Amino acid sequence: MTMFLHIFHAVPMHHYLYLSAILFCIGVFGVLLRRNAIVVFMSIELMLNAVNLLLVAFSAYHNDTSGQVFVFFIMAVAAAEVAVGLAILVTIYRNIQSIDIDALNSLRW
Amino acid sequence: MLLLILLPLIGFLINGVVGKKLPKNVSGWIGSVVVLGAFFLSLKYFFSFLSDSASPVEERYFDWISFGNVRISFGLYADQLSSLWLLIVTGIGFLIHVYSISYMHDDENFSRFFAYLNLFIFFMLLLVLGSNILVTFIGWEGVGLCSYLLIGFWYKNDSYNDAAKKAFVMNRIGDLGLLLGMFMLLFYTGTLDYKELRALASQGGINSDLALVVSILLFVGAIGKSAQIPLYTWLPDAMAGPTPVSALIHAATMVTAGIYLLVRTAFLYDLAPLALDVVAIVGVATAIFAATIGVFQNDIKKVLAYSTVSQLGLMFMAIGAGAYVAAVFHVLTHAFFKACLFLGSGSVIHTLHGEQDIRNMGGLKKWMPVTYLTFLISSLAIAGIPPFSGFFSKDEMLAAAFSHNKGLWIVAVITSVLTAFYMFRLVFLTFFNGFRGTEEQQHHLHESPALMTVPLIILALLALIGGIMGIPEALGGSHWLKHFLAPVTGENTHSGHALTHQTELVLMAVAALAALASIVFAYVRFVKQHTLPPREGEERGIARIIYRKYYVDEIYELLFVKPVLALSVAAYELFDILLLDGMVNQMGRMTQRQGRWFRRIQTGNTGFYLIVMALAVAAVLGWIVWQVG
Amino acid sequence: MTFYIFLLLSALAVFCGLMTVTARNPIYSVIYLIGCFFAVAGHYLLLNAQFLAIVHIIVYAGAIMVLFLFTLMMMNLNREAEAHKPALARIAAVLAAGLLLLVLIAAFKKTEPFVPPIHVDGGIGLVKSLGHTLLNEYLLPFEFASILLLAAMIGAVLIAKKDSANALQPKES
Repeated sequence: MTMFLHIFHAVPMHHYLYLSAILFCIGVFGVLLRRNAIVVFMSIELMLNAVNLLLVAFSAYHNDTSGQVFVFFIMAVAAAEVAVGLAILVTIYRNIQSIDIDALNSLRW
Repeated sequence: MLLLILLPLIGFLINGVVGKKLPKNVSGWIGSVVVLGAFFLSLKYFFSFLSDSASPVEERYFDWISFGNVRISFGLYADQLSSLWLLIVTGIGFLIHVYSISYMHDDENFSRFFAYLNLFIFFMLLLVLGSNILVTFIGWEGVGLCSYLLIGFWYKNDSYNDAAKKAFVMNRIGDLGLLLGMFMLLFYTGTLDYKELRALASQGGINSDLALVVSILLFVGAIGKSAQIPLYTWLPDAMAGPTPVSALIHAATMVTAGIYLLVRTAFLYDLAPLALDVVAIVGVATAIFAATIGVFQNDIKKVLAYSTVSQLGLMFMAIGAGAYVAAVFHVLTHAFFKACLFLGSGSVIHTLHGEQDIRNMGGLKKWMPVTYLTFLISSLAIAGIPPFSGFFSKDEMLAAAFSHNKGLWIVAVITSVLTAFYMFRLVFLTFFNGFRGTEEQQHHLHESPALMTVPLIILALLALIGGIMGIPEALGGSHWLKHFLAPVTGENTHSGHALTHQTELVLMAVAALAALASIVFAYVRFVKQHTLPPREGEERGIARIIYRKYYVDEIYELLFVKPVLALSVAAYELFDILLLDGMVNQMGRMTQRQGRWFRRIQTGNTGFYLIVMALAVAAVLGWIVWQVG
Repeated sequence: MTFYIFLLLSALAVFCGLMTVTARNPIYSVIYLIGCFFAVAGHYLLLNAQFLAIVHIIVYAGAIMVLFLFTLMMMNLNREAEAHKPALARIAAVLAAGLLLLVLIAAFKKTEPFVPPIHVDGGIGLVKSLGHTLLNEYLLPFEFASILLLAAMIGAVLIAKKDSANALQPKES
């Protein structure tokens, strides 16, 4: 598919860099801003995605499959993390009937 | 020589470590036998010095302190002077050890007693045999320590412990002078070795001002150790210890360490006549002062204690008059009769099961003939009646005083009169007339066992014939002691003009008659007139002041003890509690405060943690970017 | 023309991301996130990472988001029940994110200019080459990934299991 080889001439690498940075910071913003635990998790997924995107971009532009393999593993980890994280969330909900992260402050001084 | 010293140390170790498990007899005899061994070795040295060609023996073991030009080695040095001291220490020491086997028989801490006694002998030997002042000082301190241990032997009694502490502290005060003297000597001459110092002095290498200062400082040390004014009050209180201790330490050996030191460093004193005058005055003042107190005391041991202080004063007076040989002579004879007196009083106390007040004694010569006889002989010796040993030595001291300064002589004679008086007051009140104790005590009166009486007999014999070693030319003798000690003290040991034989004879007669008169007076008063000392609290007037020892102890308490205690309390409260504890507590509190402040970071709020994390990442990244750029 | 496709996809991704974090209703957040994932999958296709694009859709949009939805629905949280964070926290959030963005952009600016690739072939993203690398050099992590998933599975089941204290009808065991 030679059409797709044009991307290397049409879009310089750093555009992907900036795009990834913006997506990442949106994700950080979401983590810091929201109180709903689910939305926080989703923001974390957004951050992971930003990183994935950048890795694939590097892999393509440097002609190295290691990047995509790494993305592969990140996806696996993300899936596992979501499973366990949501399980914990469910347990917390069972205990305090709320998923507001500001309500979980017993580990204070 | 090393073996000589180590034997008592071995005895100390054996008795100290396993003594409790040994049967009493074995423990006691081990302690005594090691001293006997040391005595035989001392005899060997003594005989080796009898020939005129003998020279001192020196053994250096190792370099102890060396820095710069100073080299102080640990060495032992035996010459004629130290051999005499060796004989007394080990000989009389052995007799007292044997005596103690019987005297301390009922005591549960039997082996500890012998351990301490052996330790004392060890230190005393070290003192006498030291080749330089520093080794002597080790022994000096060591005997002070043993004195403390032995005075406070029955440690369960608080007042005994106080007496032990008093003895040690007063010793220490004197030791300050000794240390200062040593420092100055070391600083200006670079050596503390007796042989080297003596050579230096004879070559004129010691400045006379230095000699003056050092000799006075050394004398201060001797004042503490030999209980002269003003550091004498510990000796009467030291009678709290068991009687053998009083006999050994406070009559025959430790208190004579002061005299030994002065004679050893005689070359210094010869360079500073002013120091000798100081010594003489302090000595004679102490002599008469203590004698007056002794006249009014009612405790048998206290009388003997003040008598010791007084006799030591006379010895210092003799040194001050330049008569080193006379002082050494009196040390020897005094050791014989004073030890005998103390052991005799111990015998009396033992029979009366602890009674020490002479007002409750009397007539004991009927039941304790041997004790009485030995006590009488020793009392005659101390009073200076011919032909007992005390007569010759005391007379030589009086002659030296006379030729030096008539005033000294007069005071010394008065002291001798008082000595005879209070000694025989003691004899008559204890052994004559009827028994004034309880019925119960009277039933148990008996002579002491052989282990106690045999040493008494031996010592009394020595007190009787001991004068042989110093019979002056005036009486036709050859004064063996003077010739024996000549290599150490020099032939010309008299300052002032020598006396003619007639003068000497006259002086002797005067002293002897005065003493005799005083004995007769005491006899009339106490035996014929049955005068008894007043009961407690009934003394009147001057007698009361003197009986209360001129209130010296109270004065010391007021002037020295109370201020020092107040100072230490203040120091404790100000420095220790306020400053130091305050500082330490403050540091602890500071840590606590900081901890409390910092832990507020742990808010428990997840959102807060996340924000901090994000900021931190941004900061680190930013810093890296800035570094690279 | 590829450039415009790139721009479109990027705008879509950013817009969906923003809406994810700012939507009131969590269900809306989920939907927008799925949209974001599709945009990113488009980017993958643009970069000729075919395998990854498909896997991305399957795993993320297909599995993870479904899991989120299940959880949301179980907790019945589709209503707008969430309170705001305190004002200070919101300002801090904006600040932190903004700062991070700034620093990242500054860092990336330093890496310009980027040297264009000399020899590229589009076959990088194909399953064949990916499979080669994965099962040759990265075999060990591959195996560990399976263990990781096993552990996560066990962990999730264990943690989320109802214990008898919380159950509506206590089990007799």
